[in-house]
Amino acid sequence: MRNVNGGLTVRFTLNGEAVEIRNVPPMERLLDTLRERARVTGTKEGCGEGECGACTVLIDGAPSVACLVPTCQVDGEEVVTVEGLAEDGRLSALQSEFLAAGGAQCGICTPGFLVAARALLDANASPTRAEIREGLAGNLCRCTGYQKIVDGVERAAEQERAGDAG
Amino acid sequence: MIVGSSPPRLDGADKVTGDAMYVDDLQFDGMLYGATVRSRQAHARYLGYELDPDYDWTDITVVTHEAIPGGNYVALMVDDQPALVSDLIRHPSEPVVLLAAPTREQAEEARAHVKLLVEPLPIVVDLEAARAGAGPIWGDDNIISHLEIQKGDGPGCVDKALAEHPDAILVEGRYYTGAQEQMYIEPQGIIAMPWGKGGIEILGSLQCPYYVVKALAQLLDVPAAEIKVVQAVTGGGFGGKEDYPSIISAHASLLALATGKPVKLVYDRAEDLSSTTRRHPAITWHRTAVAPDGTLLAMEVDCAFDGGAYTTLSPVVLSRALIHGVGPYNCEHAMVTGDIVATNTPPNGAFRGFGAPQVCFASERHIDKIAATLGRDPVALRRQLALRIGDTTLTGQTLETSVASDEVLDVALEASDWDRRRAEAEAINARGGVPPADPIPGMGTTGRLRGVGMSFFFHGAGFTGNGEARIKGRVRMEVRPDGQIVIYSASTDIGQGTRTVFPQLAATTLGVGIERIEMHTPDTSVVPDSGPTVASRTLMVVGKVVEDCSNALKARMGFEGGDWDAAVDAFFAGGGDGSVELEYQTPPHVEWDNETYQGEAYPCYAWACDVVEVEVCPDTYETRITGFWSAQDVGKAIHPVLVSGQLEGGSLQALGFAVLEEMKFADGQLTNNRMTNCIIPTALDAPEMDMRLVEAPFAGGPFGAKGIGELPMDGGAPAVLAAIEHATGLSLDSLPASPEALMRAAAE
Amino acid sequence: MLADIPVHRPSSLEEALALLADPPDGERPTPMAGGTDIMVVLNSRHVVPSSVLDLWKLDELRGLSVQDDGTLWIGALSTYRSIIASPLANAHCPALVEAARTVGAVQIQSRGTLGGNVANASPAGDSLPVLLAQGCDVVLQSRDGGRRTRSFDGFYAGYRQADIQPGELIIGFRIHALPPGATSWYRKVGTRLAQAISKVVLAGVAACGDDGTLTTLRIAAGSVAPTPIRLAAAEAAGLGGRPTDVAAAVGAGARADVTPIDDVRSNALYRREVSGRLVESWVRSL
Ligand SMILES: Cc1cc2nc3c(=O)[nH]c(=O)nc-3n(C[C@H](O)[C@H](O)[C@H](O)COP(=O)(O)OP(=O)(O)OC[C@H]3O[C@@H](n4cnc5c(N)ncnc54)[C@H](O)[C@@H]3O)c2cc1C
Ligand code: FES
Ligand code: FES
Repeated sequence: MRNVNGGLTVRFTLNGEAVEIRNVPPMERLLDTLRERARVTGTKEGCGEGECGACTVLIDGAPSVACLVPTCQVDGEEVVTVEGLAEDGRLSALQSEFLAAGGAQCGICTPGFLVAARALLDANASPTRAEIREGLAGNLCRCTGYQKIVDGVERAAEQERAGDAG
Repeated sequence: MIVGSSPPRLDGADKVTGDAMYVDDLQFDGMLYGATVRSRQAHARYLGYELDPDYDWTDITVVTHEAIPGGNYVALMVDDQPALVSDLIRHPSEPVVLLAAPTREQAEEARAHVKLLVEPLPIVVDLEAARAGAGPIWGDDNIISHLEIQKGDGPGCVDKALAEHPDAILVEGRYYTGAQEQMYIEPQGIIAMPWGKGGIEILGSLQCPYYVVKALAQLLDVPAAEIKVVQAVTGGGFGGKEDYPSIISAHASLLALATGKPVKLVYDRAEDLSSTTRRHPAITWHRTAVAPDGTLLAMEVDCAFDGGAYTTLSPVVLSRALIHGVGPYNCEHAMVTGDIVATNTPPNGAFRGFGAPQVCFASERHIDKIAATLGRDPVALRRQLALRIGDTTLTGQTLETSVASDEVLDVALEASDWDRRRAEAEAINARGGVPPADPIPGMGTTGRLRGVGMSFFFHGAGFTGNGEARIKGRVRMEVRPDGQIVIYSASTDIGQGTRTVFPQLAATTLGVGIERIEMHTPDTSVVPDSGPTVASRTLMVVGKVVEDCSNALKARMGFEGGDWDAAVDAFFAGGGDGSVELEYQTPPHVEWDNETYQGEAYPCYAWACDVVEVEVCPDTYETRITGFWSAQDVGKAIHPVLVSGQLEGGSLQALGFAVLEEMKFADGQLTNNRMTNCIIPTALDAPEMDMRLVEAPFAGGPFGAKGIGELPMDGGAPAVLAAIEHATGLSLDSLPASPEALMRAAAE
Repeated sequence: MLADIPVHRPSSLEEALALLADPPDGERPTPMAGGTDIMVVLNSRHVVPSSVLDLWKLDELRGLSVQDDGTLWIGALSTYRSIIASPLANAHCPALVEAARTVGAVQIQSRGTLGGNVANASPAGDSLPVLLAQGCDVVLQSRDGGRRTRSFDGFYAGYRQADIQPGELIIGFRIHALPPGATSWYRKVGTRLAQAISKVVLAGVAACGDDGTLTTLRIAAGSVAPTPIRLAAAEAAGLGGRPTDVAAAVGAGARADVTPIDDVRSNALYRREVSGRLVESWVRSL
């Protein structure tokens, strides 16, 4: 745990599985640890300064930008990336509704949006469109104008509610 | 029918799972990381460089212009832009020295230890001063390109009209739009690898693979066949990845050749913002002689576009701009002129709209000014002046079919309930604004002023004039013995949906399920040159070739529906050749004179009308766009979800351009080169959009489809400014309508 | 290289304060809470600290509670997300909840902390005018000096100069109770509606007596001076008057109180004028 020189050994849960990553430079960004060490590359870098949200992951359920989180801070925590959203190898309702609505165009922002949307729906199963916009305001998309992203999340919420009811 | 339906995009599953591999996701054994050392001066003599003697250079490879085997230029239109500076620095982020290192951090760190030796020269960055010949820094007058288009009386037409019609009114205006960043969320990036015998393979985020082939063949002095360019999944382009990837590919290739290893050169956001192309800043002057009944007797339009330091694509931008110079309106006599002016700034380039948004902003603001001068309703005036079937455009093209001016006006105005909405806004403002009891988050509680504005616009689809005849875009399709059909095309999917709509066209034409169709990755060693993915041409032009190939296959196989597998078996049993390659056939009527700029400038135009509602805080002049209704003519919606997604995305880029996107410069250098200060709209800034598709089919496009990629960029900004004027009485003639600009206008 | 900067990861406040008092490598480490300010600075490579002191695991610095004297205690490590979710914050300092909702967007709210906002000492920090207007004490602690409580008014001696002594950490904040019958106000003018740094940010607390005159008027502003400031002339112009009578004078006072500058986000003229107008409109609405 205590480290001053050299790399750290960091243990956390990544998409439900325990991982242990050795020799992580102490202040390495979680984004780099995920992409370059764990080789899960769904989490994207659009700015490196917390503005675009393309690197959004969940840390203990809270949507966070992995470009501003040093990996040492997720020691012992639960991290979820876009790779953790599918269910049993099939697209989740969130993913398939987002896709069907046209929420992904070039797709570079999509992982971040899906993760932020997951956090939103976990906190609020019936968000209004205005609430969806607020929950996704930390994610920039230049392709869609956001209309179809909001549509997709709204439809996913309906699906999930229907699923829960049934 | 598969055409007209909206299946989930075929590349979509990978995008929602994180499986899609963008260039920065790719790694290769032994791969090195590149970095680019750039000038800081906007204009200087380059004398050489020094490597910090105290830094450890063991693992670092250094490359300069001396390593270039062929010509030191980035081949595009004119070969004036060096790949690496050799003697003269012409803008403040010119590439000079390249580095390759084992890690990204090392490359980044080493960059700080290279010192460029320069002798500063006087700089010219002001557009009007440059046009007046300051310096000069380019030729003897700073003019990179000049163009004129005349109709009827041409030069002097406005004064002539004023003399002939004593009751005519002169309306003049000067309109300004600044630089705009494409702001694709994936920064630019390329991986170059040694390939074959002395060749190079490129893998990257790009729009136009064959542009890269051409540039590298000349730079490296190798036959085009030695260059292989493959598009990685690309995170947005909007024109920004049209020509710049050729430069990054040039740099990555030089490093790959020098080291014999794969080299990844991915820009961070600051480098991307500071160095790559943007929308041309432009000033447009209008002088119009108007009859009291609103008839446009004569128009003079003059534009100055800031080209930056090199030619790049600017002459084509100017050409598209001028052709759209008087807007979608009837006017018998016109003189439209313009210059691309050189300045000591990075070259400006392609961005959705390609010159049209600048001039459309000017002409739509100008029509509003004419309406205000005459005391006419802005909609009624536009309806009076709009081009319709049988009318003649600026270039003398008589419109014969596929004109949707009335439809788009009708649909957008009805969708927005224009008359009622305008009246309601006026009534609310008369009562002191939107009551505080009806708050908008983040907008405070002072009664807000509401306004509603509109714009009417058109955009020529495809390349200008005989461009398509010159390019001869090609597509190949192959039926495999297992019944799968593969489309080979260099047209890239940069988000707009090429990889879904081409299969839709093929499946529908052939009469098979879409799961039968595959699209080969754009890889120049395999796919034919379909022409660049630009100019709203991919679906309309290359899609047409896909349709033609499908028909040819069908005819060759004698397939008339029914059991496809059986037909395939029979075809191959009979020794059939399952491969077809065809070239685009320009519609017979296209006649164009490139000298006089007369004739059919575009095979067809797409038409649109935007309506915008805004609320403006009277204390802060913050503008919130509270409603957006639009009707846009797409010819035929091959995939309604994808096409409306294009239109919505383009519209938001236009709305951002209107109120908050602004690039600021000091001595030619971008000062807001971060996402935190070079801002684009978030989901909270974006309005709910009511996008209506209008279909005025174009016989030359597949199933009647026409190009619409750029169309939505043209009209948003003038509509927003009209709405702000309706709300506040403040008439702005420049962008963006920032709160600070509105406050300044109010003080005047 | 940024990634190689050593990190100390104490598991208790005591350990953290010891590391600050007696740094193992001689140089005092730089504290890091949510990292949303410091990681941006480190990524830009402008500043390279010798080492970092990670506070994230110090749960004892989290949490909100109401003290016997009616003050609201907020631990320095409390995130905006936890403040927004807290019924106590909503009841006792609603303007802070409003402010928290305007910080960045959800991702920044998940990790950004109140202590980080205050310690970072940016004149544009969105929570700061709220703390100034409602009144607040900052509680700091060091190993050798123990606990120290001081008023947030005057906490900044100048641009980016917070009164945090060597070896000290901010432990938390005691936010004063709103006077009976008082209303509070928050207004951010950002560059856009989310992910926006303030051009002007204002907060106020006001109460009127039975005769309808202002008995309490406290107004604070950010992004209009080298530090967040109280608008003293504005307050003086309003106290004792009826809101509609004094609103214009309060606005004029605000224009005189601020000393804004031109920067990449806005200009001095705009900031001054907007400060005056917004304050005036607010007072008029009371
Ligand atoms: C995209 C983005 C958007 C943002 N938007 C806003 C916004 O809208 N409004 C706004 O006000 N801010 C904004 N910020 C800035 C930032 O999020 C806030 O200032 C936040 O409150 C900082 O908290 P932190 O815990 O992340 O601080 P850290 O980065 O961890 O620390 C900041 C500074 O405080 C010091 N520090 C932290 N905790 C303590 C402590 N307990 N004792 C002593 N020193 C300490 C650190 O040494 C450091 O110097 C934004 C940042 C980003 C990246
Ligand atoms: S890369 Fe992390 S927010 Fe943009
Ligand atoms: S889909 Fe391209 S940025 Fe969002």
